[in-house]
Amino acid sequence: MRRTIQDLGYLAVRFVADLGRLGVFTLGVLRALFTPPVRFRLFVDELFKLGVLSLIIIGVSGLAVGMVLSLQGYNTLVRFGAEQSLGAVVGLALIRELGPVLTALLATGRAGSATAAEIGTMVATEQLDGLRMMSVDPMDLVVTPKAVAMVAVMPLLAAIFIVSGLFGGYLVGVKLMGVDPGAYMSSLESAVDFHDDVLVSLLKAVVFGVLVGLIATYRGFSSAPTSAGVSSATTSTVVVASVSILIVDYFITALWGV
Amino acid sequence: MQRSPVRDLVVGIFVLIGLGAIAYLSISVGGVTYNGPRGFHVRAGFDEIGGLKARAPVVISGVKVGQVASIGLDDRYRARVDLDLDPSVKIPTDTTASIVTAGLLGDRYISLQLGGDDQFLKPGEEISFTESAVILERMIGKLVHNADLPKEEQRKPE
Repeated sequence: MRRTIQDLGYLAVRFVADLGRLGVFTLGVLRALFTPPVRFRLFVDELFKLGVLSLIIIGVSGLAVGMVLSLQGYNTLVRFGAEQSLGAVVGLALIRELGPVLTALLATGRAGSATAAEIGTMVATEQLDGLRMMSVDPMDLVVTPKAVAMVAVMPLLAAIFIVSGLFGGYLVGVKLMGVDPGAYMSSLESAVDFHDDVLVSLLKAVVFGVLVGLIATYRGFSSAPTSAGVSSATTSTVVVASVSILIVDYFITALWGV
Repeated sequence: MQRSPVRDLVVGIFVLIGLGAIAYLSISVGGVTYNGPRGFHVRAGFDEIGGLKARAPVVISGVKVGQVASIGLDDRYRARVDLDLDPSVKIPTDTTASIVTAGLLGDRYISLQLGGDDQFLKPGEEISFTESAVILERMIGKLVHNADLPKEEQRKPE
Protein backbone atom coordinates (compact mmCIF):
# COMPACT_ATOMS: atom_id res chain seq x y z
CA MET A 1 0.00 0.00 0.00
CA ARG A 2 2.64 2.44 1.11
CA ARG A 3 4.78 1.37 -1.80
CA THR A 4 1.98 2.16 -4.29
CA ILE A 5 1.48 5.63 -2.87
CA GLN A 6 5.24 6.19 -3.00
CA ASP A 7 5.26 5.17 -6.67
CA LEU A 8 2.40 7.56 -7.36
CA GLY A 9 4.24 10.38 -5.63
CA TYR A 10 7.41 9.59 -7.58
CA LEU A 11 5.46 9.74 -10.85
CA ALA A 12 3.93 13.08 -9.91
CA VAL A 13 7.30 14.55 -8.91
CA ARG A 14 8.89 13.29 -12.12
CA PHE A 15 6.08 14.77 -14.19
CA VAL A 16 6.36 18.19 -12.57
CA ALA A 17 10.17 18.12 -12.80
CA ASP A 18 9.89 17.24 -16.50
CA LEU A 19 7.50 20.16 -17.05
CA GLY A 20 9.91 22.47 -15.23
CA ARG A 21 12.83 21.32 -17.37
CA LEU A 22 10.72 21.88 -20.48
CA GLY A 23 9.99 25.42 -19.22
CA VAL A 24 13.69 26.14 -18.68
CA PHE A 25 14.42 24.65 -22.10
CA THR A 26 11.78 26.95 -23.65
CA LEU A 27 13.43 29.97 -22.03
CA GLY A 28 16.77 28.78 -23.44
CA VAL A 29 15.28 28.60 -26.95
CA LEU A 30 13.80 32.10 -26.60
CA ARG A 31 17.11 33.50 -25.33
CA ALA A 32 19.03 31.86 -28.18
CA LEU A 33 16.46 33.26 -30.61
CA PHE A 34 16.83 36.85 -29.45
CA THR A 35 20.61 36.99 -28.89
CA PRO A 36 22.88 38.08 -31.74
CA PRO A 37 24.21 35.24 -33.82
CA VAL A 38 21.11 34.93 -35.98
CA ARG A 39 21.30 31.55 -37.69
CA PHE A 40 19.23 32.50 -40.69
CA ARG A 41 20.93 30.05 -43.03
CA LEU A 42 20.34 27.16 -40.63
CA PHE A 43 16.73 28.29 -40.30
CA VAL A 44 16.27 28.10 -44.09
CA ASP A 45 17.92 24.68 -44.02
CA GLU A 46 15.36 23.50 -41.48
CA LEU A 47 12.51 25.06 -43.47
CA PHE A 48 13.61 22.81 -46.29
CA LYS A 49 13.81 19.68 -44.14
CA LEU A 50 10.64 20.23 -42.13
CA GLY A 51 8.54 22.02 -44.71
CA VAL A 52 9.43 21.18 -48.28
CA LEU A 53 10.02 17.50 -47.55
CA SER A 54 6.60 17.29 -45.84
CA LEU A 55 4.80 18.84 -48.82
CA ILE A 56 3.91 15.59 -50.55
CA ILE A 57 2.52 13.82 -47.49
CA ILE A 58 0.53 16.96 -46.55
CA GLY A 59 -0.84 17.50 -50.06
CA VAL A 60 -1.82 13.88 -50.63
CA SER A 61 -3.37 13.51 -47.17
CA GLY A 62 -5.30 16.75 -47.59
CA LEU A 63 -6.64 15.65 -50.95
CA ALA A 64 -7.73 12.25 -49.57
CA VAL A 65 -9.34 13.76 -46.46
CA GLY A 66 -11.24 16.33 -48.53
CA MET A 67 -12.45 13.66 -50.94
CA VAL A 68 -13.71 11.33 -48.23
CA LEU A 69 -15.33 14.21 -46.31
CA SER A 70 -17.16 15.24 -49.45
CA LEU A 71 -18.32 11.68 -50.13
CA GLN A 72 -19.53 11.10 -46.57
CA GLY A 73 -21.07 14.55 -46.33
CA TYR A 74 -22.90 14.13 -49.62
CA ASN A 75 -24.39 10.78 -48.62
CA THR A 76 -25.69 12.24 -45.36
CA LEU A 77 -26.85 15.60 -46.72
CA VAL A 78 -28.67 14.16 -49.74
CA ARG A 79 -31.14 12.45 -47.39
CA PHE A 80 -32.29 15.87 -46.21
CA GLY A 81 -32.13 17.39 -49.66
CA ALA A 82 -29.38 19.68 -48.39
CA GLU A 83 -26.55 18.68 -50.73
CA GLN A 84 -26.34 22.36 -51.73
CA SER A 85 -24.49 23.00 -48.47
CA LEU A 86 -21.82 20.38 -49.13
CA GLY A 87 -19.23 23.12 -49.60
CA ALA A 88 -19.98 24.54 -46.16
CA VAL A 89 -19.67 21.11 -44.51
CA VAL A 90 -16.35 20.27 -46.16
CA GLY A 91 -14.95 23.78 -45.73
CA LEU A 92 -15.86 24.27 -42.09
CA ALA A 93 -14.69 20.79 -41.07
CA LEU A 94 -11.37 21.24 -42.87
CA ILE A 95 -10.68 24.81 -41.81
CA ARG A 96 -11.78 24.63 -38.21
CA GLU A 97 -10.56 21.22 -37.14
CA LEU A 98 -9.13 18.73 -39.58
CA GLY A 99 -6.68 21.05 -41.32
CA PRO A 100 -4.61 22.23 -38.37
CA VAL A 101 -4.97 19.03 -36.28
CA LEU A 102 -4.19 16.48 -38.99
CA THR A 103 -1.36 18.65 -40.33
CA ALA A 104 0.15 18.83 -36.85
CA LEU A 105 -0.20 15.07 -36.34
CA LEU A 106 1.34 14.34 -39.75
CA ALA A 107 4.14 16.83 -39.14
CA THR A 108 4.80 15.19 -35.77
CA GLY A 109 5.16 11.82 -37.43
CA ARG A 110 7.12 13.08 -40.39
CA ALA A 111 9.26 15.96 -39.08
CA GLY A 112 9.00 15.84 -35.27
CA SER A 113 10.28 12.30 -34.98
CA ALA A 114 13.11 13.02 -37.42
CA THR A 115 14.12 16.09 -35.41
CA ALA A 116 14.14 14.17 -32.12
CA ALA A 117 16.14 11.32 -33.66
CA GLU A 118 18.65 13.73 -35.18
CA ILE A 119 19.30 15.62 -31.96
CA GLY A 120 19.22 12.35 -29.96
CA THR A 121 21.91 10.87 -32.21
CA MET A 122 23.98 14.03 -31.76
CA VAL A 123 23.71 13.53 -28.00
CA ALA A 124 24.61 9.83 -28.25
CA THR A 125 27.64 10.45 -30.45
CA GLU A 126 28.78 13.35 -28.22
CA GLN A 127 28.55 15.90 -31.02
CA LEU A 128 26.78 18.35 -28.71
CA ASP A 129 29.62 17.94 -26.17
CA GLY A 130 32.03 18.63 -29.02
CA LEU A 131 30.18 21.88 -29.76
CA ARG A 132 30.32 22.87 -26.09
CA MET A 133 34.07 22.17 -26.11
CA MET A 134 34.39 24.74 -28.89
CA SER A 135 32.21 27.03 -26.75
CA VAL A 136 29.41 26.94 -29.31
CA ASP A 137 26.03 26.80 -27.61
CA PRO A 138 24.13 23.80 -29.04
CA MET A 139 20.87 25.56 -28.12
CA ASP A 140 21.82 28.28 -30.55
CA LEU A 141 23.24 26.17 -33.34
CA VAL A 142 21.13 23.00 -33.24
CA VAL A 143 17.94 23.43 -31.23
CA THR A 144 16.60 26.90 -31.94
CA PRO A 145 16.61 26.79 -35.77
CA LYS A 146 14.68 23.52 -35.69
CA ALA A 147 12.12 24.68 -33.11
CA VAL A 148 11.54 28.06 -34.81
CA ALA A 149 11.33 26.48 -38.26
CA MET A 150 8.63 24.13 -36.97
CA VAL A 151 6.57 27.12 -35.79
CA ALA A 152 7.02 28.90 -39.12
CA VAL A 153 6.24 25.85 -41.21
CA MET A 154 3.08 24.67 -39.47
CA PRO A 155 0.61 27.38 -40.62
CA LEU A 156 1.95 27.13 -44.17
CA LEU A 157 1.51 23.37 -44.21
CA ALA A 158 -1.95 23.63 -42.63
CA ALA A 159 -3.06 26.12 -45.28
CA ILE A 160 -1.73 23.87 -48.05
CA PHE A 161 -3.51 20.90 -46.45
CA ILE A 162 -6.80 22.82 -46.31
CA VAL A 163 -6.61 24.11 -49.87
CA SER A 164 -5.82 20.65 -51.27
CA GLY A 165 -8.66 19.28 -49.11
CA LEU A 166 -11.08 21.86 -50.54
CA PHE A 167 -9.92 20.89 -54.01
CA GLY A 168 -10.45 17.18 -53.26
CA GLY A 169 -13.90 17.92 -51.87
CA TYR A 170 -14.73 19.92 -54.98
CA LEU A 171 -13.59 17.08 -57.24
CA VAL A 172 -15.77 14.47 -55.53
CA GLY A 173 -18.74 16.73 -54.82
CA VAL A 174 -18.98 18.46 -58.18
CA LYS A 175 -17.38 16.11 -60.70
CA LEU A 176 -18.43 12.79 -59.18
CA MET A 177 -21.65 13.49 -57.29
CA GLY A 178 -22.94 16.26 -59.52
CA VAL A 179 -23.43 19.04 -56.99
CA ASP A 180 -23.71 22.38 -58.76
CA PRO A 181 -20.25 24.02 -58.78
CA GLY A 182 -21.70 27.45 -58.03
CA ALA A 183 -23.68 26.09 -55.09
CA TYR A 184 -20.59 24.32 -53.73
CA MET A 185 -18.40 27.44 -53.89
CA SER A 186 -21.06 29.89 -52.69
CA SER A 187 -22.05 27.76 -49.69
CA LEU A 188 -18.35 27.42 -48.89
CA GLU A 189 -17.70 31.13 -49.20
CA SER A 190 -20.76 32.28 -47.28
CA ALA A 191 -20.27 29.78 -44.44
CA VAL A 192 -16.58 30.47 -43.80
CA ASP A 193 -15.76 33.63 -41.90
CA PHE A 194 -12.25 35.09 -41.86
CA HIS A 195 -12.19 36.01 -38.19
CA ASP A 196 -14.07 33.05 -36.69
CA ASP A 197 -12.72 30.30 -38.91
CA VAL A 198 -9.57 31.12 -40.88
CA LEU A 199 -7.85 33.13 -38.15
CA VAL A 200 -8.60 30.51 -35.46
CA SER A 201 -7.32 27.83 -37.82
CA LEU A 202 -4.01 29.65 -38.33
CA LEU A 203 -3.74 30.32 -34.59
CA LYS A 204 -4.19 26.62 -33.91
CA ALA A 205 -1.51 25.76 -36.45
CA VAL A 206 0.97 28.18 -34.85
CA VAL A 207 0.27 26.84 -31.35
CA PHE A 208 0.67 23.25 -32.58
CA GLY A 209 3.92 24.28 -34.26
CA VAL A 210 5.22 25.60 -30.94
CA LEU A 211 4.17 22.39 -29.19
CA VAL A 212 5.70 20.01 -31.73
CA GLY A 213 8.86 22.09 -32.13
CA LEU A 214 9.53 22.30 -28.40
CA ILE A 215 8.59 18.72 -27.56
CA ALA A 216 10.64 17.22 -30.41
CA THR A 217 13.78 19.23 -29.69
CA TYR A 218 13.45 18.82 -25.91
CA ARG A 219 12.99 15.06 -26.12
CA GLY A 220 15.97 14.74 -28.44
CA PHE A 221 18.12 17.10 -26.36
CA SER A 222 17.41 15.32 -23.07
CA SER A 223 17.60 11.77 -24.41
CA ALA A 224 19.93 9.21 -22.85
CA PRO A 225 23.19 8.96 -24.85
CA THR A 226 22.48 5.40 -26.03
CA SER A 227 20.71 3.91 -29.02
CA ALA A 228 17.82 2.95 -26.74
CA GLY A 229 17.72 6.58 -25.60
CA VAL A 230 17.38 7.79 -29.19
CA SER A 231 14.56 5.39 -29.89
CA SER A 232 12.67 6.26 -26.71
CA ALA A 233 13.11 10.00 -27.46
CA THR A 234 11.56 9.46 -30.90
CA THR A 235 8.69 7.41 -29.51
CA SER A 236 7.89 9.79 -26.69
CA THR A 237 8.02 12.76 -29.09
CA VAL A 238 5.30 11.25 -31.25
CA VAL A 239 3.18 10.13 -28.30
CA VAL A 240 3.45 13.26 -26.17
CA ALA A 241 3.13 15.69 -29.09
CA SER A 242 0.09 13.91 -30.56
CA VAL A 243 -1.75 13.77 -27.25
CA SER A 244 -0.97 17.38 -26.37
CA ILE A 245 -2.07 18.55 -29.84
CA LEU A 246 -5.47 16.91 -29.37
CA ILE A 247 -5.92 18.23 -25.83
CA VAL A 248 -4.78 21.77 -26.65
CA ASP A 249 -7.06 21.72 -29.70
CA TYR A 250 -10.05 21.21 -27.44
CA PHE A 251 -9.11 24.17 -25.26
CA ILE A 252 -8.44 26.54 -28.19
CA THR A 253 -11.79 25.58 -29.70
CA ALA A 254 -13.56 26.06 -26.36
CA LEU A 255 -11.95 29.47 -25.76
CA TRP A 256 -12.10 30.94 -29.27
CA GLY A 257 -14.34 28.89 -31.48
CA VAL A 258 -18.04 28.31 -31.83
CA MET B 1 26.76 26.53 -43.94
CA GLN B 2 27.12 27.41 -47.59
CA ARG B 3 24.50 28.96 -49.80
CA SER B 4 22.88 26.43 -52.02
CA PRO B 5 20.88 28.22 -54.71
CA VAL B 6 18.65 25.30 -55.68
CA ARG B 7 17.59 24.50 -52.15
CA ASP B 8 16.98 28.16 -51.37
CA LEU B 9 14.84 28.44 -54.46
CA VAL B 10 12.81 25.38 -53.42
CA VAL B 11 12.31 26.78 -49.91
CA GLY B 12 11.26 30.11 -51.40
CA ILE B 13 8.71 28.40 -53.63
CA PHE B 14 7.41 26.43 -50.64
CA VAL B 15 6.94 29.61 -48.59
CA LEU B 16 5.19 31.31 -51.52
CA ILE B 17 2.83 28.35 -51.98
CA GLY B 18 2.03 28.36 -48.26
CA LEU B 19 1.40 32.11 -48.18
CA GLY B 20 -0.68 31.78 -51.35
CA ALA B 21 -2.81 29.13 -49.67
CA ILE B 22 -3.30 31.38 -46.62
CA ALA B 23 -4.19 34.29 -48.88
CA TYR B 24 -6.68 32.19 -50.82
CA LEU B 25 -8.33 31.00 -47.59
CA SER B 26 -8.48 34.53 -46.20
CA ILE B 27 -9.53 36.51 -49.24
CA SER B 28 -11.54 34.20 -51.44
CA VAL B 29 -12.98 31.72 -48.94
CA GLY B 30 -12.85 33.81 -45.76
CA GLY B 31 -14.12 36.96 -47.43
CA VAL B 32 -11.69 39.60 -46.20
CA THR B 33 -12.47 42.64 -48.30
CA TYR B 34 -10.73 45.94 -48.57
CA ASN B 35 -13.41 48.50 -47.83
CA GLY B 36 -12.49 50.37 -50.95
CA PRO B 37 -14.68 52.88 -52.76
CA ARG B 38 -16.05 50.24 -55.15
CA GLY B 39 -18.74 48.88 -52.78
CA PHE B 40 -22.16 50.53 -53.20
CA HIS B 41 -24.03 50.54 -49.88
CA VAL B 42 -27.77 50.78 -49.41
CA ARG B 43 -29.85 50.13 -46.32
CA ALA B 44 -33.06 48.22 -45.82
CA GLY B 45 -35.28 47.88 -42.75
CA PHE B 46 -37.09 44.65 -41.85
CA ASP B 47 -39.52 43.64 -39.10
CA GLU B 48 -38.07 40.14 -38.94
CA ILE B 49 -34.85 38.88 -40.48
CA GLY B 50 -35.10 35.25 -39.36
CA GLY B 51 -31.67 33.67 -39.58
CA LEU B 52 -30.09 36.17 -41.98
CA LYS B 53 -26.37 36.56 -41.34
CA ALA B 54 -23.70 39.00 -42.41
CA ARG B 55 -22.08 37.97 -45.74
CA ALA B 56 -25.32 36.37 -46.92
CA PRO B 57 -25.71 36.85 -50.69
CA VAL B 58 -27.93 39.50 -52.27
CA VAL B 59 -29.42 38.36 -55.57
CA ILE B 60 -31.44 39.79 -58.44
CA SER B 61 -33.30 37.07 -60.40
CA GLY B 62 -31.06 34.52 -58.72
CA VAL B 63 -27.81 36.18 -59.78
CA LYS B 64 -25.53 37.29 -56.97
CA VAL B 65 -24.94 41.06 -57.04
CA GLY B 66 -23.61 41.69 -53.54
CA GLN B 67 -23.73 40.64 -49.93
CA VAL B 68 -25.03 41.68 -46.53
CA ALA B 69 -22.39 43.95 -45.00
CA SER B 70 -23.81 44.30 -41.50
CA ILE B 71 -26.96 43.83 -39.47
CA GLY B 72 -28.10 46.02 -36.59
CA LEU B 73 -31.10 47.61 -34.92
CA ASP B 74 -32.29 51.10 -35.81
CA ASP B 75 -33.71 53.55 -33.25
CA ARG B 76 -37.22 52.12 -33.62
CA TYR B 77 -35.92 48.60 -32.92
CA ARG B 78 -36.41 47.35 -36.45
CA ALA B 79 -33.68 45.31 -38.07
CA ARG B 80 -31.44 47.52 -40.20
CA VAL B 81 -29.54 45.58 -42.86
CA ASP B 82 -26.66 47.16 -44.73
CA LEU B 83 -26.22 45.80 -48.26
CA ASP B 84 -22.93 45.95 -50.15
CA LEU B 85 -23.80 45.85 -53.85
CA ASP B 86 -21.91 45.77 -57.10
CA PRO B 87 -21.74 49.43 -58.22
CA SER B 88 -22.53 48.54 -61.82
CA VAL B 89 -26.06 47.50 -60.78
CA LYS B 90 -28.57 50.37 -60.76
CA ILE B 91 -31.40 49.96 -58.26
CA PRO B 92 -34.67 51.84 -58.93
CA THR B 93 -36.16 53.59 -55.89
CA ASP B 94 -39.28 51.41 -55.86
CA THR B 95 -37.32 48.15 -55.56
CA THR B 96 -38.53 45.53 -53.07
CA ALA B 97 -36.03 43.66 -50.88
CA SER B 98 -37.24 40.35 -49.47
CA ILE B 99 -35.59 37.78 -47.25
CA VAL B 100 -35.97 34.30 -48.71
CA THR B 101 -34.71 30.84 -47.89
CA ALA B 102 -32.69 28.56 -50.15
CA GLY B 103 -34.68 25.33 -50.15
CA LEU B 104 -36.83 24.30 -47.21
CA LEU B 105 -34.21 24.61 -44.47
CA GLY B 106 -31.37 26.35 -46.28
CA ASP B 107 -29.62 29.62 -45.58
CA ARG B 108 -31.39 32.96 -45.75
CA TYR B 109 -30.47 35.44 -48.43
CA ILE B 110 -31.88 38.70 -49.81
CA SER B 111 -33.63 38.86 -53.14
CA LEU B 112 -34.24 42.20 -54.85
CA GLN B 113 -37.26 42.66 -57.14
CA LEU B 114 -36.47 45.70 -59.24
CA GLY B 115 -39.15 48.33 -59.69
CA GLY B 116 -39.85 50.41 -62.76
CA ASP B 117 -38.94 53.85 -61.48
CA ASP B 118 -36.69 56.19 -63.48
CA GLN B 119 -35.00 57.35 -60.28
CA PHE B 120 -32.14 55.20 -58.97
CA LEU B 121 -31.03 54.78 -55.37
CA LYS B 122 -27.88 56.65 -54.38
CA PRO B 123 -25.28 55.15 -52.00
CA GLY B 124 -26.48 55.24 -48.39
CA GLU B 125 -30.17 55.51 -49.26
CA GLU B 126 -32.79 53.13 -47.98
CA ILE B 127 -34.87 50.57 -49.84
CA SER B 128 -38.36 51.40 -48.56
CA PHE B 129 -40.31 48.33 -49.71
CA THR B 130 -39.25 45.24 -47.79
CA GLU B 131 -40.65 41.81 -47.16
CA SER B 132 -39.63 40.12 -43.91
CA ALA B 133 -38.45 36.57 -43.45
CA VAL B 134 -41.04 33.87 -43.14
CA ILE B 135 -40.53 31.90 -39.95
CA LEU B 136 -41.47 28.31 -40.70
CA GLU B 137 -42.26 27.43 -37.08
CA ARG B 138 -44.72 30.32 -36.77
CA MET B 139 -46.42 29.32 -40.01
CA ILE B 140 -46.77 25.75 -38.78
CA GLY B 141 -48.02 27.04 -35.44
CA LYS B 142 -50.70 29.11 -37.15
CA LEU B 143 -51.62 26.19 -39.39
CA VAL B 144 -52.01 23.81 -36.47
CA HIS B 145 -53.99 26.43 -34.58
CA ASN B 146 -56.32 27.01 -37.52
CA ALA B 147 -56.71 23.31 -38.19
CA ASP B 148 -57.73 22.75 -34.58
CA LEU B 149 -60.43 25.43 -34.55
CA PRO B 150 -63.06 23.83 -36.79
CA LYS B 151 -62.91 20.56 -34.84
CA GLU B 152 -63.70 22.35 -31.60
CA GLU B 153 -66.53 24.20 -33.29
CA GLN B 154 -67.80 20.91 -34.62
CA ARG B 155 -67.71 19.36 -31.19
CA LYS B 156 -69.58 22.18 -29.49
CA PRO B 157 -72.99 21.55 -31.04
CA GLU B 158 -72.90 17.87 -30.15
